[in-house]
Amino acid sequence: MDIVEGHAALNAGVSTRAGIYHYDEYDREFLRERVAEFRGQVGRRLAGALTEDEFKPLRLMNGLYLQLHAYMLRCAIPYGVLSSAQMRQFAHVARVYDRGFGHFTTRQNLQFNWIKLEEAPDALAALAEADLHALQTSGNCIRNVTTDEFAGAAADELVDPRVYAEILRQWSTLHPEFSFLPRKFKIAITGAPTDRAAIQVHDIGLLAKPGPAGDVGFEVWAGGGLGRVPIIGTKLRDWLSERDFLGYMEAILRVYNALGGRENIHKARIKILVRDLGPEAFIRLVEDEFAALPREKFPLDPAVVAAIQAHFAAPAFADLPHAGTDLALRTAENSPFADWVAHNTHPHKQPGYISAIISLKPIGGIPGDATADQMDAIADLADRYSFDEVRVTHYQNLVLPHVRQDELFDVWHALRGLGLATPNIGTVTDIIACPGLDYCSLANARAIPVAQLLSERFADLRRQYDIGPITLNISGCINACGHHHVGAIGILGVDKKGEEFYQLTLGGSAGNDAAIGEIIGPAVPYDAVVDAVETVVKTYVAQRRPGEAFLQTYRRIGMAPFKDALYATA
Amino acid sequence: MPLLEKGVPVEDRFVQVADDAPLPADSPAVISFARLQRDADALAGRNVPLGVQMASATQARDIAPFLDRVALVVIEFPKFRDGRGFTIARTLRERFGYAGELRACGHILPDQYEFLVRCGFTSVAVPEGADLGVWAAALDRFHVAYQAGMDAAPVISGLRRRLALG
Repeated sequence: MDIVEGHAALNAGVSTRAGIYHYDEYDREFLRERVAEFRGQVGRRLAGALTEDEFKPLRLMNGLYLQLHAYMLRCAIPYGVLSSAQMRQFAHVARVYDRGFGHFTTRQNLQFNWIKLEEAPDALAALAEADLHALQTSGNCIRNVTTDEFAGAAADELVDPRVYAEILRQWSTLHPEFSFLPRKFKIAITGAPTDRAAIQVHDIGLLAKPGPAGDVGFEVWAGGGLGRVPIIGTKLRDWLSERDFLGYMEAILRVYNALGGRENIHKARIKILVRDLGPEAFIRLVEDEFAALPREKFPLDPAVVAAIQAHFAAPAFADLPHAGTDLALRTAENSPFADWVAHNTHPHKQPGYISAIISLKPIGGIPGDATADQMDAIADLADRYSFDEVRVTHYQNLVLPHVRQDELFDVWHALRGLGLATPNIGTVTDIIACPGLDYCSLANARAIPVAQLLSERFADLRRQYDIGPITLNISGCINACGHHHVGAIGILGVDKKGEEFYQLTLGGSAGNDAAIGEIIGPAVPYDAVVDAVETVVKTYVAQRRPGEAFLQTYRRIGMAPFKDALYATA
Repeated sequence: MPLLEKGVPVEDRFVQVADDAPLPADSPAVISFARLQRDADALAGRNVPLGVQMASATQARDIAPFLDRVALVVIEFPKFRDGRGFTIARTLRERFGYAGELRACGHILPDQYEFLVRCGFTSVAVPEGADLGVWAAALDRFHVAYQAGMDAAPVISGLRRRLALG
């Protein structure tokens, strides 16, 4: 395997090295023009020609938020796929324009928290050198499309969703009609029967699936979402043909742009429109709009699909029929490695390969944070072991998608040396947390310290494994960036007369069995939240039947035992 | 208010007429959508071009029955963040086949000019005192787009199109 340094890999064009979308001259021209536009906008703002009110949506279109202490730049990682060269460029931007680290988010993006307005255009220009940008990572537009972090690698995948995610990325980029929507708009797509992209809680959720004739079509959901009013989406279509893919997206967006609420920011998401109209009426409007579209203008040409598909060609996998045996032997002789393999890997479709998950949740750490040095080191590992490719998960972790099983021990060993081998994926310490009151101007309460305290409380690995699969999600305010509604245990920070309180919800899920968590009872103060989670977990452990995961027990016994346990001891 | 077409200032041949004022007999006039609905029959025989101004809360389909009467549709943007006008324009063009002049007015920014043109607007009434150079430059800045618009941009590769708006 050859190792390519710096930008050479990017300029090599389509390559079998990493099956990712490589920019061509047109994509680069587009990006250069947009960076120049933003430089001009910043100039007009600094000169006073734009008011802050006018500048705000323009900077938001470029991913620049004004937070509590500084500007935050949210960089897009389209559907969570990165080349190692792009990861190195993030490390570079972190060093030069930030404080040496970045924060991976639940939307598979990367945030820099300490950006200066005057330097933002330079940071964007540096990102553009590696075909990276921050377009549409905020503002009332179609946001970065998200997908399954194991896309193109997962053993259970039926259709590679990256192809359609890339088509959506292109179609939604600076869309002339849909860049000033009532509110932000998030699309998730998956191509596996096991939903790892949370399609039922997105503005549009798509399941790509094979049709009877070997063609590709989509199950279409819309109107799901978290935030202030969590709603599970409505299924619009069981089957949408590939040809009509973009036309149908136009129809949904057009109905939303015309009729979505614009008076009240809290009632402006498409989920509220779907709820208020009623799912049937909403579907009728979309179908009517779709039927009236000039269809000849919006067909998704199979040649376009094929051309984009070529970017995602499988890397040059080695023929490895016996690699699994080697892995079995290694795990048998090394217990820490076995723990890591058991939790931090995912089955690969190619025999002898496996996807390795890099936990960004060290015990007591900040979920999703990575230093510039770690980013560089991960890029090196990706070069060496995973065809130059890294993925970002919506769980704020990273993935080396295509690792040879007979090299997995070396990967683990290297990660351990970097402090990146915490074997806790899917356990109670694999916590999702938003930046919260430590950074965010919207937050009511801190999320990061709560995650750190919980992580320390449950630090014992044997205990984590005994508790088993569980999701613990923390949001510092009702906007729910920490996805608390879909955590098996959700924690929502609220402000009570200037004091941080935390409301617990139980039973949430973002998977195929999507459910919104239910509130257990009155919120608890900061000092009591860790004990409250402990009580919930202990109640589950006491009540579970053999082999039963937290959600199953909760669904069987209901809220009452948890509520009794929590408030009896309070 | 200066009127721009393809980034260039042009003379506005239409006069704005209030709902309670008489229509000029011999010059093109813009009336409100409410008045157009009210006086539709009386206006039927008028031989001078007529324009109609609609709020962005009005649906394209509401105005569709009147499109053969008008040579100009003016869509108001109450706030530049309110993007309904883009959908109205596109719908009038694509769904209802409107081929006349389509004008944007109200609170709009030069940064939106490209989008306006690509959604089918032919003219923009920009605020008094606006820097027309910034508006003209806005059309010349971009040469690649990723999706079909109302402009005739040719496909260059995949979904990409080569823009020439200025």
